[in-house]
This record gives sequence, C-alpha cells and structure tokens, in this order.
Amino acid sequence: MNAEGAFGVLPLPHQAAERSLPVRSTTVVLKVARYQARDVLRSRWLTLYGIFFLAVTEGLLRFAGGDARTILSLANIVLYVVPLVTLVFATVYLYNAREFTELLLAQPVSRRRLFFGLYLGLSGPLVVALLIGVSAPFAAHGFDEPAQRAMLAALLGAGAALTMIFTAVAFCIALWCDDRLKGLGVAIGVWMLCAVVYDGLVMAMVAAFADYPLERAMLALTLANPIDLARVALLLQLDVSALMGYTGAVFQQFLGGSIGTLVAAGALSLWVVVPVALGVRAFRNKDF
Amino acid sequence: MIVARGLRKRFGAVEVLRGLDLRMARGRVTAIVGPNGAGKTTFIKSVLGLTRPDGGTLTFDGVAIGNDDAYRARIGYMPQIARFPEHLTGAELLDLLRDLRGGGAVTERLAEPLGLESELRKKLRVLSGGTRQKVNAVAAFLFSPELYVLDEPTAGLDPVSSGILKARIVSERALGHTVLLTSHIMSEIDELADDVIYLADGRVRYAGALTDLKGAMGHMNLERAIAELMRREAAA
Repeated sequence: MNAEGAFGVLPLPHQAAERSLPVRSTTVVLKVARYQARDVLRSRWLTLYGIFFLAVTEGLLRFAGGDARTILSLANIVLYVVPLVTLVFATVYLYNAREFTELLLAQPVSRRRLFFGLYLGLSGPLVVALLIGVSAPFAAHGFDEPAQRAMLAALLGAGAALTMIFTAVAFCIALWCDDRLKGLGVAIGVWMLCAVVYDGLVMAMVAAFADYPLERAMLALTLANPIDLARVALLLQLDVSALMGYTGAVFQQFLGGSIGTLVAAGALSLWVVVPVALGVRAFRNKDF
Repeated sequence: MIVARGLRKRFGAVEVLRGLDLRMARGRVTAIVGPNGAGKTTFIKSVLGLTRPDGGTLTFDGVAIGNDDAYRARIGYMPQIARFPEHLTGAELLDLLRDLRGGGAVTERLAEPLGLESELRKKLRVLSGGTRQKVNAVAAFLFSPELYVLDEPTAGLDPVSSGILKARIVSERALGHTVLLTSHIMSEIDELADDVIYLADGRVRYAGALTDLKGAMGHMNLERAIAELMRREAAA
C-alpha cells in the first residue's frame, strides 16, 4: 500500500497531458490580472470613483473654463484623492481576497507571477477609472491647445503613478498586518502622513531652521514623499512657480524646470519600483 | 505519497507543529482528526506550500516540497472557507483555474449532479454559503489530480450534496487517487477513511488504519474510539 517514491508507479494519463502544457510566466500574470481586473471593474466602488472624477472635472470645466487654473485645481484634488482611495480600496479588497489568494497559491503557479497578476489586476482598473473620469469631460468639451494637452497628460501620468505606488503600498500593508482593522488603520495613517503631516513637517522645519540652508534637506524630504514628488513634477510642468510651495521652489532653483521634471518623474518611477519589490518579497515569504 | 519528519512550525509565540511525523499512503483516504488548534490546517497548508515549516522535512512522492511549483498540478485543494471574488461568476472562477492549469484534463463531473449549472452563471456574491461551498467542491474536483486535499469538505452542504460529494471521494479512491481530508463529523470519516491520523498539540498521537484504531480502543463506533483515544491521551 505504501508507494512513496516507488519507481514502478505509472503516471496517470492526465499527468502527462498537464506536464506537456507548460504555462509561460507572462501568460500566468496576464491571466490572473484579467480575471482580477474583471472582478474589480464590476465593483460599485470603482464605478463611484470614476464618476467622482467625471463630476469634478465636468464641474471645473463648466464653471472655471478650461485654462491652466482648472487643471491646477484638478491636480490638487487628484493628488489627494487618488492616494486615499487607492490605499483604502486596495487594502480592503486584498483582505477580502485572502481566501481566494490562498486558492490561487494552491495552483501550480509561482508566487512572483501571481503577485504581478494580482497587482496589475487591482491597479489597472483604478488607473482606468481615473483616466476615463478625468479625460472624458475634456474630450467632450473639446480642447485643442497642445500646451493644455501636455498639462492634462502630465496630470494623468502623475495620477497613474500614484495609483501604481499606493496599490503596491496597500499590498505591503495587507501582507505585513494579518489583522484587517490594523491594516486599514495603517493605510489611513500612511495617507495622513504623506498628505497632511508632511506639509506640517515642512512648515515646521522651515520655521525652526530659517537661518540654515535647508535646500538639501527639502530635496530629500520631497523625494521621500510620493505625493509631494508628483505635485512638484506637475507644477514644474505647468510652470507656475507661485504655487510651487517651498519644496517645489527648491526643486526649480536647484534643477531648473525641465531637469527638475525629469528628476521628479524618475524619482516617482523609483517610488513604484520600491514598494512593488517589497510587496513581491513579502508575498513570496508569507505564510498564508 | 506524503512523508513528514520532525515538522515544526511556530507562529509568533504559538508552536503549532512540534515535530510532526507521518506517512500518507498512495491510493488511500487518510483523515486527519484532532481538537481545534491541533495543527491540522497548518499541516495541510504545508503540503500545499502555502505555509513554510520552520524545521523538519516534508516530501511529496519523494521530492521535498520547496520552491518548485509544478507539483501542485497534481493536487486538488478544497479550502475550508469558500470565499471568492464577489463580482465573478462561478463559471469565470472555474475558467480561471482551468487557464492557470494549462487547460488540459478537465473533468467537470460534479457541477451537474450538484445541480449547480444554472448557479454557475450567477455572480458568486449572490450565492448562498452552501452553494459557494458546492462551487468550492467543483473547483477541487476539476482536474482529476492524484491527490485531493479537502479541508472540511462537507461543512455547510445539504445532505444530498454531501452524499454526492462523498460518493465522488469514494470513486476517486477507486481510481487510485489519494485523499487527505479533515472533518469534525466522525460518521463521515467512518464512512470514507482508510487511515486515521490523530493530531494533538502539533504532534501525531495516533496513526493507523481505521479498523485498527477501533480495535485498539475497543469501540466499533469511531466517535467513541476517538473519545477513548483523547481520554487516554489526557490521562497519559
């Protein structure tokens, strides 16, 4: 009866069939992402998220016109709302998908591929909702100036980058904290830190160390906060120094408009890579 | 088919597996029983590679369960909690699993007898807990794998569905497939299992044929035999 490691055991017929069909890595990622995205796209919350941007953009275009100031107001909303909604939505979604994740992990696929599939399937629909919500009203109102288009593209790019970053952060949170209430608390805490506490910290530092050269410290501080990075990258693009704030002014002074934009955009991309890498590591080492 | 030697796992301050030794024979139905927190689910998750033991060895067909993922193509897993993406339909869930396994060797013989075919077109969110558990069962039996890992398979199922599932387990065994199952329902284990492994405090306290266990404990009723085992354990 005990046949462990017995050489005489014939493989069952289906075994050969399964092994002759290796599933390539990119295919696994795309397959998981496709079903996950389908699930997320059907969520009522995601629809509401898209409608929110649709309403805000439409309202601004209707009542403030389509000039640079409109895009600026829109940018301010996008920079705060995208990280908050992404963090909360993704964290809650991941806690709810815990059992489903285990079922997928019990399939013959690698954890790394599964992670990227789940990551793309979650961040993708959030990006799509943002892009459609913001650009549809612009398309409906018709805007032809190339400068305006570039500004809008920069805004959408920054919003997409923030979505990718904070989805990855949500993965890290959900993997590091097993307790969902704690995880949700951490998610909101991260947003508070980046969106609210950070500004206070900058102000306090400027006030406290007014007599010292703060430029390098401010640059470092900006690089440490993806929301501020996105803001600086956008404002450098829009070329409105008056609204740039302290960190933005430092960026422009030190690096100039175009190089500043490049540096900020580069740092923002790095900000996508780091939490994704941490998430992959956590996902691979996790005991489910 | 599965051999564990000195398996250890600690979650924080709690030592869940404390040197677990067991062998599971191919072509038999092995039931793992034991009180809550004995380490049943942790052992099952170790077999699936969901949890990595801290120490000891765990092999599947002589090969250590580690970083290679291919062996899971030979396992069908039915988790204890049937919770799936809310906005997908049951059919989409099964499609995803089929896609991930490379399509081949599909045997969906369970959806029809369970009367699930029309339910599979609905979103998983609107299905009742019992119906979701049926979807869970269909998913586990989708590929006719060599090893079935069933964690409380009949929990939440109505008697008819539960009977269909049990009949399926029996017929899989007849095909030479191996089944590892946990259950709190002793009559069910009595009906299905060839071997019983009794876990307590992260160690194997009894392992052997079901009939031997009954004989050793002097009770032909499994529930009483297990109760006698637990009583002796507590006294020891």
